[in-house]
Amino acid sequence: MSSSINTPKAQLSVEFAGVKFKNPIVAASGAFGYGREYEEFFPLSILGGIAVKGTSIESRDGNKPPRIAETASGMLNSVGLQNPGINSFIENELPFLKQKNTVVIANIAGKTAEEYREVAQRLDATSVDMVELNISCPNVKAGGIAFGVTCEGAAEITKIVRSSSKKPLMVKLSPNVTNIADIAKAVESEGADAVSLINTLLGMRIDIKTARPILKNNVGGLSGPAVFPVALRMVWQVAGAVKIPVCGIGGISSWEDTVEMMMAGAKIVQIGTALFSNPNIPAEIIEGLEKYAHDNGLGHLQDIAGAVKPW
Amino acid sequence: MKYKQGKYPIISKIALAKEIYDFTIYCPEIAGIAEAGQFVNIKADGFTLRRPISIAGISVERGTLRLIFEVRGKGTKALSILNLGDTLDILAPLGKGFNLAYDTAMIVSGGIGAPPMLPLAEKFGVNGTVISGFRGASSVILQDEFKKTGAETILCTEDGSMGRKGLVSDALREALAAQKPDIIYACGAKAMLKAIAEISREYDIKCQISMEERMGCGVGACLVCACRAVKNGAEYYAHVCKDGPVFYGEEVVFDE
Repeated sequence: MSSSINTPKAQLSVEFAGVKFKNPIVAASGAFGYGREYEEFFPLSILGGIAVKGTSIESRDGNKPPRIAETASGMLNSVGLQNPGINSFIENELPFLKQKNTVVIANIAGKTAEEYREVAQRLDATSVDMVELNISCPNVKAGGIAFGVTCEGAAEITKIVRSSSKKPLMVKLSPNVTNIADIAKAVESEGADAVSLINTLLGMRIDIKTARPILKNNVGGLSGPAVFPVALRMVWQVAGAVKIPVCGIGGISSWEDTVEMMMAGAKIVQIGTALFSNPNIPAEIIEGLEKYAHDNGLGHLQDIAGAVKPW
Repeated sequence: MKYKQGKYPIISKIALAKEIYDFTIYCPEIAGIAEAGQFVNIKADGFTLRRPISIAGISVERGTLRLIFEVRGKGTKALSILNLGDTLDILAPLGKGFNLAYDTAMIVSGGIGAPPMLPLAEKFGVNGTVISGFRGASSVILQDEFKKTGAETILCTEDGSMGRKGLVSDALREALAAQKPDIIYACGAKAMLKAIAEISREYDIKCQISMEERMGCGVGACLVCACRAVKNGAEYYAHVCKDGPVFYGEEVVFDE
């Protein structure tokens, strides 16, 4: 492609579920805390958005350690939704995040439908830009996984949160299901504005010297480059099945992965585990996307969303 | 920015004992801000998670950090085969280090817990007593260097093949019978740290211990490296990477 020095910067911005993102790169829930730690590496304002740590009605202690194990091209975690509770988030974290000129996505989790409703209601009166409904945490029963693995459960919880929140609502889907596209359709039919996928895949590792699972929780969620092809396939299937926009998550660790995920049908993506290998990865991916769009003469990066040409 | 991340050259590599390596890294920007008790997080090629390694020496003048580690698994194995001239992808300095505002110290370590005690021994010199324990003679490291600091050194091995036979906790009790320091510092296995914390309580002496846990981000965001702790009477999960790795003995709950 020919390009002149004067070519304007490609447009990375995107409107997603009615919310304007300056670029499609969102820090993934669970990997990024409430953003404070990564501000030591780059200004949070470079990010399209931040999906905060899963937050529940009451504070949660989380699981016993060890909570993490390396796997081939990835890792397992079983944090168990350790968080300070929704009131602490609203009082202590949200004001900080709202100064950062990036989209703030509150990721919410609960044990019962009532808990989800209450968290969503409390957030409704805040300046949070968007709600991500976590019905897919594999590490605690209280993480909503019971709702996330059946169409009926996913629909029920979406309906309840929808009726108690006016915020743009994104539902985060579990890959630990038979047909993720059916679940996506179920939450779409109950008023979800978007879906994000995938949460982690349930996995396990054993220390052969002790015959003990490495994780104290025995099992945990697999993430990292190992899950990328699975995530890509599921995003492609879901994007073809629903009309609401899709946020791609799962093992993205480069701008090339981001382009693939967008070609599969994602309009925005979340970056999680890659931060642990390289805390500066969001900045590097954004730069890579700018160059890619420029080199390929794309006025808008979104032109590639869903551009895959299946055989 | 509080942390630095980059690729820094290995300028010295020594095998200290079987599967224990001693690297000196040229990284002036990290050496200039690192503190005793902090750690670095190293990326090994082909691995997702960085490996946390405690800092065994800081030279601001030479712009170097010294990192001594044991091969524990595939990640540390991959680091151990690197050589002079190779670079290490380091994220540092991380965590809270030791509080050095004391005049006299007993510095206790077990096995690979010894390296992070070197900067302490250097700081306290003749006002320090270094008690280090190892499984046996073949795993003993750093004794000459501890002696050079001027500190009194007491070496223990579990099998009695070098130094005195027995545990560092017993040696510490004996040393405390003779004199009481302002602070006890300790690094080693959890069972040892628990014993040291109990002894410090018994003798009513402040104690700082360096904890270890499997880590993710290394900066306090991912919350995986949980350590049961107590604050104002309430238990909670602190995180080794940010709240630690150094804690006061009374902060840590050993029996979950």
